[in-house]
Amino acid sequence: MSKQASPTPVKSRAELEQQLTQDLKNGVGKKIPHESAARHVSGEALYVDDRLEYPNLLHLYARLSEQAHATIVKIDTSPCDEIPGVVCVITAKDVPGKLDIGAVFAGDPLLADGVVEYLGQPILAVAANSLDIARQAANAAIIEYAPLPAVLDVKQALDNKQFVQESHQHKRGDARKALQNAKHRLQGELHVGGQEHFYLETQVSSVMPTEDGGMLVYCSTQHPSEIQKLVASVLDLPMSKVVVDMRRMGGGFGGKETQAAGPACMAAVVANITGQPVKMRLPRIDDMMITGKRHPFYIEYDVGFDDTGRLQGINMQLAGNCGYSADLSGSIVDRAMFHSDNAYYLSDALITGHRCKTNLASNTAFRGFGGPQGMLAIENVMDHIARHLGKDPLEIRKRNFYGKTERNITHYQQTVEENLLDEIISDLEQSSCYAERRTAIKQFNQSSYILKKGIALTPVKFGISFTATFLNQAGALIHIYTDGSIHLNHGGTEMGQGLNTKVAQIVAEEFQVDLERIQITATNTGKVPNTSPTAASSGADLNGKAAQAAARILKQRLSDFAAAHFGVDITEIRFNNNLIQAGEQLISFDDLVQLAYFAQVSLSSSGFYKTPKIFYDRDKASGHPFYYFAYGAACSEVVIDTLTGEYKVLRADILHDVGASLNPAIDIGQVEGGFIQGMGWLTTEELVWNEQGKLMTNSPASYKIPAVADTPLDFRVKLIENRKNPEDTVFHSKAVGEPPLMLSISVWSAIKDAVSSLSGYRIHPLIDAPATPEKVLMGVTALRQQLAAEQES
Amino acid sequence: MIHFLLNNQRQSISTIDPNTTVLNYLRNVQRRMGTKEGCASGDCGACTVVLAEVENGQLAYRSINSCLTLLPALNGKQLLTVEDLKEADQLHAVQQAMVDHHGSQCGFCTPGIIMSLFAYQKNASQKKSIQNNPCVEFNKAEALAALAGNLCRCTGYQPIMNAAKEIGNHHQSDKFDQQKQRTIDILNSIQPVQCHAISNAQHSTTHALKTAFSPTTLQELDELLQQHPAAQLLAGGTDLVLDITQKHQSFNTLIYLGEILVLKQINLTATHIEIGAAVPLSQCHSVIAEEYPDFGHLLERFASLQIRNQGTLGGNIANASPIGDAPPALIAAGAILQLRIAGVRRFLPIDEFFVDYRKTQLAQGEYIEKIILPRKPQDSIYRVYKISKRLDDDISAVCAAIHIKINHGQVSSAIIAFGGMAAIPKRASHCEQALLNQVWAETTIHQAMDALQHDFAPLSDFRASADYRMRAAQNILLKCWIESQSALKPNANANHKPTQTLPHIPTRVTDYV
Repeated sequence: MSKQASPTPVKSRAELEQQLTQDLKNGVGKKIPHESAARHVSGEALYVDDRLEYPNLLHLYARLSEQAHATIVKIDTSPCDEIPGVVCVITAKDVPGKLDIGAVFAGDPLLADGVVEYLGQPILAVAANSLDIARQAANAAIIEYAPLPAVLDVKQALDNKQFVQESHQHKRGDARKALQNAKHRLQGELHVGGQEHFYLETQVSSVMPTEDGGMLVYCSTQHPSEIQKLVASVLDLPMSKVVVDMRRMGGGFGGKETQAAGPACMAAVVANITGQPVKMRLPRIDDMMITGKRHPFYIEYDVGFDDTGRLQGINMQLAGNCGYSADLSGSIVDRAMFHSDNAYYLSDALITGHRCKTNLASNTAFRGFGGPQGMLAIENVMDHIARHLGKDPLEIRKRNFYGKTERNITHYQQTVEENLLDEIISDLEQSSCYAERRTAIKQFNQSSYILKKGIALTPVKFGISFTATFLNQAGALIHIYTDGSIHLNHGGTEMGQGLNTKVAQIVAEEFQVDLERIQITATNTGKVPNTSPTAASSGADLNGKAAQAAARILKQRLSDFAAAHFGVDITEIRFNNNLIQAGEQLISFDDLVQLAYFAQVSLSSSGFYKTPKIFYDRDKASGHPFYYFAYGAACSEVVIDTLTGEYKVLRADILHDVGASLNPAIDIGQVEGGFIQGMGWLTTEELVWNEQGKLMTNSPASYKIPAVADTPLDFRVKLIENRKNPEDTVFHSKAVGEPPLMLSISVWSAIKDAVSSLSGYRIHPLIDAPATPEKVLMGVTALRQQLAAEQES
Repeated sequence: MIHFLLNNQRQSISTIDPNTTVLNYLRNVQRRMGTKEGCASGDCGACTVVLAEVENGQLAYRSINSCLTLLPALNGKQLLTVEDLKEADQLHAVQQAMVDHHGSQCGFCTPGIIMSLFAYQKNASQKKSIQNNPCVEFNKAEALAALAGNLCRCTGYQPIMNAAKEIGNHHQSDKFDQQKQRTIDILNSIQPVQCHAISNAQHSTTHALKTAFSPTTLQELDELLQQHPAAQLLAGGTDLVLDITQKHQSFNTLIYLGEILVLKQINLTATHIEIGAAVPLSQCHSVIAEEYPDFGHLLERFASLQIRNQGTLGGNIANASPIGDAPPALIAAGAILQLRIAGVRRFLPIDEFFVDYRKTQLAQGEYIEKIILPRKPQDSIYRVYKISKRLDDDISAVCAAIHIKINHGQVSSAIIAFGGMAAIPKRASHCEQALLNQVWAETTIHQAMDALQHDFAPLSDFRASADYRMRAAQNILLKCWIESQSALKPNANANHKPTQTLPHIPTRVTDYV
């Protein structure tokens, strides 16, 4: 035992008592660096592609469809086999088990089977001794197509009623009647662009065949259990023969929830055929061509309101561009509908969500999961109403906030409890000096001919929980070894968000031991089974609770043992700062563990958690789908160039609600990162497909995510302090992964505010998302033309 | 054979496919897995490494994209990767600052960011020692420039900038400083004196022989070009290597220009700036910025620092991309190219150099030796405008350079050149005519804006629509005129002094820093 190899110096009673008076130095609530930070900065953190390779490793490369929709007339792979170094070529017919790898619904063949449905769809894959040879060979295959009509435009799909799933409605009251009766009424439409995840590490899997005919899969995925299920399914194996191991991802953002499965399953099929280890890492362009993105949306609204700008009724159509298959689109469009209220009481509302089928890659989960698109829609409505009434958009927003005791029920019948909107907005309005800056901006705009400034303060209310209720469960596994060191495993995955750090802090807090004692381990389907994806911001809520449950079971066993051993009542056992107090006795955690071992106490336990209180009746579109809401607000100021459409964010103030923070440093990182990522979605990140359905912005040379100079010149980010989540979440914290992304809507609104200033804030400029410099200039031009037309008439 | 230091280890390579990138060499040959591939196209910075070379008896540290660098560029230099910074268990100050400020989340971009920050720290500390002032304040613009080529999808950059701030403010000497003299001595000892080469095989085999030559003089270069007329010239390689990593081509014969000293020199004469064709963009920045401030600003937004540390002015011209940023600025400045073939020189105004899409006046075997710019223009308006979706590290939708001379209120000379508007970087001759000999007034500008429609019929692509390109190009003319109003006033009439200083009203979003 290592215990004997390095004996702990014996501490005096006085020293132990001193230790007892001190707090644990790195438990819950402390600003602990990311568990891998030291390895990240030294290059020692290993990602799947960095693992030591076996000499007989095969590299796999896929050949992608060159057409958006076509029947495959011929596949001739004989030219591939002529290239030295090629070991194996697979097409759909080589998949021994089930070809379809659709996560929830069928429709995603691992390799195209007779028909291709988007440009970029994998048709075959070649395994060779090197990636270069595999690529060369894959491109040598001869594929002939008979083109079929392709639908690339979401509006066309909507007109044709081409859906991957049927449409769905949320309905309250009588929206039609309310609209007719309203004093004011506005209609409009909005196109919202998609977004490439651009995780820095592309999709990658490395698969090793095992002696029992199974597979050991190293995969960069947010959903190891699904990879396990799908690898088993394509190989026709029981799930018990497949183990998936996931230490860390180089970013996920939702893009590795379902979309990691393709490379893993292709590699598994080849490993199964050849008996050799196989790696598939997608080159950047292939990754961007093959995998789905955030759903673009087309939105139509018809809204009625009174003189004060308060909504009387709304009819909104949300059409998600799902790409060629369902994937997670059902839940994503649902979430867009759930968030089409954002922070506002919609009154009589009819919200319709359409899941449009187009010949593009199948769009998928992306941080916010449809929520951002729904929220952008209603924020656009707020701006539109404000311009129509000639009022400050912030006034209109505040006018429509959910109430605390009335007007507090969502259009899907969930009561909005613990509504923080008024406090947050009022705090931020003051701390950001909104009113003063609004005045200063008006003055600036009068004196500046070319540049104009704009400002916007927008709220976020985001529902936390998987809307597929059964996913709200998690497991964890803790071993305590005889030297007192702790092995921690849970079902969540680390993609940079600091989940492992938070869960380790939770376990450290429960046992009252130092964080260094806790060994964080790779997510592994052999240790914690049947896990949910790390998604929906739920990682710490679910896995933190599961790990806490496991820790509490062990703590109970240790307490029971200590009570018996020291002859004290169980109520006299306390864990505190690496010590256990048993009545008058003081003993170190290590020593207690060793005593417990010798007394034959089990030092290993799993833990399980399921979220309480949530239910939803989809047929009635009614229920309590979210355990709680996370809130936030942002105030952004921008300057735009009215001659070129260029812009810059001058300042952003953020106030965000994470309940009682598990780790404020990590939470601030999520808020800042989410805001900038959302800003990219709404500004420079533009996906462009050509008429053939080919993604033209398929690399970072053409697809521009924010760079360092795009960040606000003045960036002030704060967490709301001293505000616990009233729900019984882990240490009363709140989820933080997704909600901050939507804070960036303030940037988009501020850009439109700057453009609107050209009309004396009377005209709502038509600027779709993303507001690229081109869209801004076109918005300016259209607004000026409208002004000129007004003058003439 | 090439010789270099991999950290402290002397490496010699003679047999390797010269199409191998430094990134693939590090990961596949050296099995150094710290350096990551994020895009293999020089756009994300995850693969950033640092090269140190001896300059004026000091070590100059430069960040580069290892995915866009071929091995000949390593000769005589020290290659440092993320693995080299830590000493025993002790993180380097740059690494520690990133940990302390929570600068990594997923960690995949982090090695590249560490290396960019490391080079930034070395350069900042050298500046401090030159200025003999250890308290030189953190320079935000320099930190932004150092990081502009490193994409991070997780953090939103704020903690990374905080780490940069700490690094910029507190510098302690590190092991590289302590080993400096030894490193300089070794690097000096491996400077090449004559042409050398690497190839994929020692002798011709059944495989195609692939060779990269590194001549050290123009004479050697001329000879090589005669022996290998189809050879591909390799300067910085920041565009050429995309043919290898993205188009998966392989070159049989490469001639690397980076060892020819005369191509890497800048001469300042009384009338001209002469820039060797292989001078990296980052190294011609200061001399250009001094004479043409707007051209200097353009260079600051030109790709990323990693690219500018490798990419050359000559390469950007010879590459003849319609969206290259240097050509419009050079055309407007009246630059002349000194071309050379088999020892024979000729001079060509740069606006005559571009023939058609990616076609130039260069004959086979001919190359650019120097770029010659007239010195600071007197009493003229010289402005450059770059419009792109993203402000930094992006390719222009439109790049415009305007050079106007005004005599007694009239336009006496006008050179207006655009990138992104045609198949080549091109002068807007109708627009120039509309301005020439006209009063420098808004009505004239509107005529010039109309005339621009006769000069160009731009393309629509994923960067911008034709409509936007034309509208923005026209508006740039108007903007230039507006900007000239405040700029010209104090100088328009030497006898007239403004009674009060007008507050400066920003005219570009990039004025906000």
